[in-house]
Amino acid sequence: MSRSQILRENIVKESPRDDLIRKDRFPHIWCPGCSLGTVLKCYVEAIASSNIPIDKHVVVSGIGCTGRIAGYIKLDSYHVTHGRPIAFAEGMRIVRPDLEVTVISGDGDLVTIGGNHFIHAIRRNVDINVFLVNNFIYGMTGNQMGSTTPIGARSSTSPYGCPEYPFNLPLLVASLGAPFVARWTTLHVRQLADAMKRALQVKGFAFIEIITSCPVGFGSYNELREGLDFIKLFRDSCVVDHNADLTKVGITLRPGEPIVLGNFVDREVPTYHDLEKEVFKKAGWLK
Amino acid sequence: MTLKIVREPINKHIQKIPLGWIHIIPERCKECGFCIELCPKDVLIVGNERNIKGYRWPKIADGKAYDCIACKMCEWICPEFAIFVKEVERGEVV
Repeated sequence: MSRSQILRENIVKESPRDDLIRKDRFPHIWCPGCSLGTVLKCYVEAIASSNIPIDKHVVVSGIGCTGRIAGYIKLDSYHVTHGRPIAFAEGMRIVRPDLEVTVISGDGDLVTIGGNHFIHAIRRNVDINVFLVNNFIYGMTGNQMGSTTPIGARSSTSPYGCPEYPFNLPLLVASLGAPFVARWTTLHVRQLADAMKRALQVKGFAFIEIITSCPVGFGSYNELREGLDFIKLFRDSCVVDHNADLTKVGITLRPGEPIVLGNFVDREVPTYHDLEKEVFKKAGWLK
Repeated sequence: MTLKIVREPINKHIQKIPLGWIHIIPERCKECGFCIELCPKDVLIVGNERNIKGYRWPKIADGKAYDCIACKMCEWICPEFAIFVKEVERGEVV
């Protein structure tokens, strides 16, 4: 290229991360302004920077918009029934201890439909990573309110405002003894990828709540009609506090009340697999 | 909030500002505007051409071709894997 030529954007066909995504399925089905692709990007970067070989990674996802992530990533990936990805992942991790099992699914799938699997997997402390993508609503099903919809937020089944308290997920997960609990938005991409990388290293139940934009589902009912409105909301109202009091990190989305982000918990807890081995030794099945 | 520089770094004369070369895959773009909004140097603007689905993919604004500092925010935030930045030497591609 000669020195006199003006540097301009280069039109190409492939991106350097195409080795980890199923590029024949791109562009994906997610709406313009949806940040689920950013979650996929951060996960791909976390995998690429982790020292675990690619054939040891497994992704499990359930039903919903986020469940499509399993179909767009070029790993061993499973798309299972509604609410059951954690149960599926637990079984896989217990019989194949060499695998790094990750669950990426939505809030409606993991904590609303599959809430019981969720709390019991944390209590058991099985060594899986759960990346819960929170868009405050059931997206693909038709924008109904769910267990993470903030009080007063509108949806197709709560047109005058949601009357229920939402889950405070970091508090719930930390109270059940999980070793790693974090919350990031899709605007904080580098922090999110670092937290995912840390979650892949942690022994035990690693949990990251990822707050995403949902302009077509949640946003259209709540005056956040473009993806950029969510980006502005995250930029204006997010506060990073790693030592935050978890009883006060619930999301209200009211003006003036912050969304608290951070890697809240990072501790060592004996996992199910350690305790299982002790029992097996007592029973004489292991020497 | 504006960033106020308190003092000049003593090694400022040896610091090089990186130069990024933006690569775009137009078929994947969905015109969400994240890259344009989040570029710290306002390098990107909405383009004039449309891809097969009717979305206008971004292009470099006039006179901003050498302003990209390869922070790669557009690459990280793009939900479609449709934009990426290669860091190049200033004398290399010019």
